[in-house]
Amino acid sequence: MHFGPLTLRLLLISSLCLPQLGLTAEGEVNVYSARKEKLIKPLLDRFTEETGIQVNLVTGKADALLKRLQSEGRNSPADLLITTDAGRLHRAKISGVTQAIQLPGQNKVIPESYRDPEGHWYGLSLRARPILYVQDKVDPAKLSTYEALADRAWRKRICIRSSDNIYNQSLVASMIAADGSERVESWARGLVGNFARPPRGGDRDQIKAAAAGICDIAIANTYYFAAMLDSKDQAQKAAAGKLRVFWPNQQGRGTHVNVSGVAVTGSARNREKAVRLILFLLNDDSQQWYADINGEYPVRPDVPVSPTLEKWGTFKMDTLNLSRLGELNPDAVRLMDRAGWK
Amino acid sequence: MAVTASLTGTHPVISGPSVWRGGVVLVATFLAMPVIVILGFLLVPAGEVWQHLVSTVLRDYVLNSLLLMLGVSIGVLILGVGSAWLTSMCRFPGSRLFEWSLLLPMAMPAYIIAYTYTGLFDFAGPVQSLLREWTGWGYGDYWFPEIRSLEGAALMLSLVLFPYVYLLSRAAFLGQSLCVLDVSRTLGNGPWRTFFTVALPMARPAIVAGLSLALMETLADYGTVQYFGVATFTTGIFRTWFGLDSTAAAAQLSAVLLLFVFVLVLLERGSRRSARYHHTSQRHQALRRYPLTGWRGTGAALFCFGILFFGFLLPAGQLLIWAATTAEERLDGQFLSLVWHSLELAGIAALLALALALILGYGRRLYGNWAVQFAVRIAGMGYAVPGTVIAVGVMIPFAAFDNGLDSWMRNQFGISTGLLLSGTLAALLFAYLVRFLAVSLQTVEAGLARIRPSMDEVSRSMGAGAAETVRRVHIPMLKGSLVTALLLVFVDVLKELPATLILRPFNFNTLAVRAYELASDERLADASLASLTIVAVGIVPVILLSRSIGRSRHERTA
Repeated sequence: MHFGPLTLRLLLISSLCLPQLGLTAEGEVNVYSARKEKLIKPLLDRFTEETGIQVNLVTGKADALLKRLQSEGRNSPADLLITTDAGRLHRAKISGVTQAIQLPGQNKVIPESYRDPEGHWYGLSLRARPILYVQDKVDPAKLSTYEALADRAWRKRICIRSSDNIYNQSLVASMIAADGSERVESWARGLVGNFARPPRGGDRDQIKAAAAGICDIAIANTYYFAAMLDSKDQAQKAAAGKLRVFWPNQQGRGTHVNVSGVAVTGSARNREKAVRLILFLLNDDSQQWYADINGEYPVRPDVPVSPTLEKWGTFKMDTLNLSRLGELNPDAVRLMDRAGWK
Repeated sequence: MAVTASLTGTHPVISGPSVWRGGVVLVATFLAMPVIVILGFLLVPAGEVWQHLVSTVLRDYVLNSLLLMLGVSIGVLILGVGSAWLTSMCRFPGSRLFEWSLLLPMAMPAYIIAYTYTGLFDFAGPVQSLLREWTGWGYGDYWFPEIRSLEGAALMLSLVLFPYVYLLSRAAFLGQSLCVLDVSRTLGNGPWRTFFTVALPMARPAIVAGLSLALMETLADYGTVQYFGVATFTTGIFRTWFGLDSTAAAAQLSAVLLLFVFVLVLLERGSRRSARYHHTSQRHQALRRYPLTGWRGTGAALFCFGILFFGFLLPAGQLLIWAATTAEERLDGQFLSLVWHSLELAGIAALLALALALILGYGRRLYGNWAVQFAVRIAGMGYAVPGTVIAVGVMIPFAAFDNGLDSWMRNQFGISTGLLLSGTLAALLFAYLVRFLAVSLQTVEAGLARIRPSMDEVSRSMGAGAAETVRRVHIPMLKGSLVTALLLVFVDVLKELPATLILRPFNFNTLAVRAYELASDERLADASLASLTIVAVGIVPVILLSRSIGRSRHERTA
C-alpha cells in the first residue's frame, strides 16, 4: 500500500487528535485495570466472545489509575476499575469515583469481608500471605503466628521484601486492626531485628533466598509460590520445592488475605454492561480460571481451588473487612518507617 | 547583539526579536506547565506528613540520592570520557568496532539491566551457585559483591547512562582542531598532560551536558532503585503518594527535587560564566590518530571491551537465553502491534522534540534576554522528574481544560464535548516532550555553541542572507547534533515506561509496557522477549547515530 504525504499526514493528525474511544458507542465496556493485562485479558476476551460486548482496557498502577479517574471526573470514559488490593478499592470509594451496585445474588455467595458493605466494590479473587519455611531447617511446630516471628529465636532467619510493597503494608494494617498500633510497632522492630538481610527484591526472591540458604523463613504471597511450583523453569521449581506453607494465626483471627476486586465508576456510561461483566467475572468458569491459571483462591468458597493449592490444605482466613486495610494503610507505612523497615 | 542585527537584517525569514521572544516564551511556558503544576503543590498544606518524613526517612532519601549521583558521576565520567578519548584519538585493536558498539548499552533500559544482573549475580543466581558448587562454601563463608545495593544501582545506571557522556564528549573531541593539541605537545606537554590541560577543559561543555543528562536520568530513575531496595528521593515520592496516601506531600517532594536540579543547573552555568569554548584558530586540521601498540593497545582494547561486555553483551545474552528457553511470549500479530506502537510514538516524539529544541535553541541564541533564558531552563527541567510525576502534571491541567470546556459548552449550547485531550496520544506525546526536551535541547545547544558568532558575521558580510547563512553555514555544522538529538529522544521514548503507563489510551500497549508488566509480576523470563525487542529496535538508531558522528567529522575536515 502506498500512502501519499497528504494521506499520511491526515492519518497522523486523526490518530493523534481523536480522543480514542473517548465517547463509547453501543456495546462496549471501558476498564481501568491495575491487574496486569496477562492476568485479566483472557477473561475479558471470553466475555466478548460470549456477549459480543467489546471490552477496552487500560492497565496501570492502581494509584495512577485512580488519579486519572479523579482528574477526568464526570467525563471519564472508564466504567470499571479493577485493582489488586482492597485498600485501593476503598480509597476509590472514599474519593467518590465509584458508585454502589446491588448484586443480591452475589451477596449470598461472596463472604461479607470480601465486598464493600454498601456495594461499592466486590472481590474477585483472593490471595493469602502465609509463612513459608525451609522444610529441613524449621520444625513447623515452632511456628504459630505472625506476631511470634518477632521472637529472638528467629534472629537472622527471616526474609521479607521492602515495606514499600503494598502486600506488606496490608499485612501490617491487618495486624494493627487486630493488635493495635503500639504492639505492632514493637513487633515490627523485633521483626526487623530478625531479618537475615536488608529487604530487597520481590516475593519470589525471598523464596529463592530461603531455598539458597540465606534464611529459613520467607513471607510471600500464595500465587507467587504456586507459580514457582508450577514453573517451567526447573531452577524456580526446585527452589520452591524446598519450602512448605505454614498457615499462621489459625487459633486466632486467621491468616492474612487480600482481594483483587472491581468497582463501577461514578461516571460509568455503560453501567448495565459493566455489571454484566462483573457477574461474568464472578461466574463458575471465571472463578475456576483464577484458581487454575493465576494460582489464586476464588472469592467464592464454593469453587474448587487448583491441585497445587489443594495440597496446602484448607485454612482459616482473617475475616477482617478488607476496607479496614485501606483505612489503616497510611498508619502501617508510618509505623514501618519508624521501625526502620526499609 | 551584532549577530542579532546581522541575522535579522531586512529579511523576512526571522521576523523580529519581539515575535521570536514572545513565541519562545509561550512555547517554553506551555512545556513548563506540568512542572509549574507540581511546583504549585508547594502551596497546598500537606499536614503532618512532612514532620513524619523529616523525623524518620527523609535523611536517608536525600543521602542515598546524593550518593547515587556521586557514584553515577564517577562511573559515567570514567567510562564515557575515557572511552571517548581512546576511540577518537587513538588507534588500537578493535577501535573501529568500539566507535559504534560502545553506544549499544544506551538501548538497554536501566531496570532491565538491573533484572538481568540480579538474575546472574544474586546469591541464588548461577554465578554464585556455581562458585559454591566448586568450593563447597555455604552462605556466609565468602564475600561476594552484593548487586542489589546502592553501589550496584550506581553501577547499573553508569553502565547504561555513560553513552550520553561518551557521545557528547566524543563529538567534542572530534571537533577539536589538532592544531591546539599539537601546540600543547610542542610546548612540552605529554599526552596525559595535553588531555587534562587542553582537551578536557575544551570539551567541558559537552562533557557537562552529557553528565547532567545522566544525572537527571539518575534522579528520575525508579525501577532500578526500587528493585534494589535503595530508598532514594524518587522511591520516597512514590511511598508518600501511594503508601501514605498524600498526593500533596508527594508533589512537594517532587518540587524539592526540581528546585535541587534547578540550583545544580544554575551552579554549573555560573561556574562557566564568561568562559568561551570556540576555537579561534583558522586552520582546522583533521585528527591524526595516535597508534597504541603493545600493552597500551591491549589495555585500551580491554577497557573498551569490558564496558561493551558488561553494559551490553552480558545482559543481552542473558535476555536471549531467557527468551529462547523459558518465555511463553510469542512473536505474533499482537506482539508486532506493540513494536509498531513503540516505533510510532518514539518517531513522532523525536521529530517534535527536535523542532521545539531548534525553536528554543535559536531563540536563546539570537534573542536570549532573561525571560527567554529562564523559560527555556524551566522547560528543560522535566528530565529530572520521574515520569509518573510528569504524567500527573500533564493529566491535571489537560483534564481541567477538557472538563472546563465541556461544562462551558453544556451551559452555552447544551453540547457535551467530553474529554478532548485526556486519554489521547496527544497528551502522551506532550508528556514525552516535557520529559525529554532537555535531551534534544542540550544536544542542539551544544551544536549551536560550536558555531562561532563570527561565522555568522563573516557569512553576512559576504552577502549571504539569514536564510542562506542557516542553509550554508549552520545546517552543515549542525547536522550531526540534529541527528543526535533526534536519535537520543527516539531511544529514550522507546524505553519510557511510567508516563506511557498512566496516559495511554485504551487498548494501546508498547514494548516497554509489556516488558514491565511481566517483569513486575516477577516473570523476568517472560519479559525477556519484549525487553530484547526494545534493545533490538533501539540498536538501529544507535548505529545510525554513531555513523552520523563519524560522517560529520569527515565532512567537516574535507
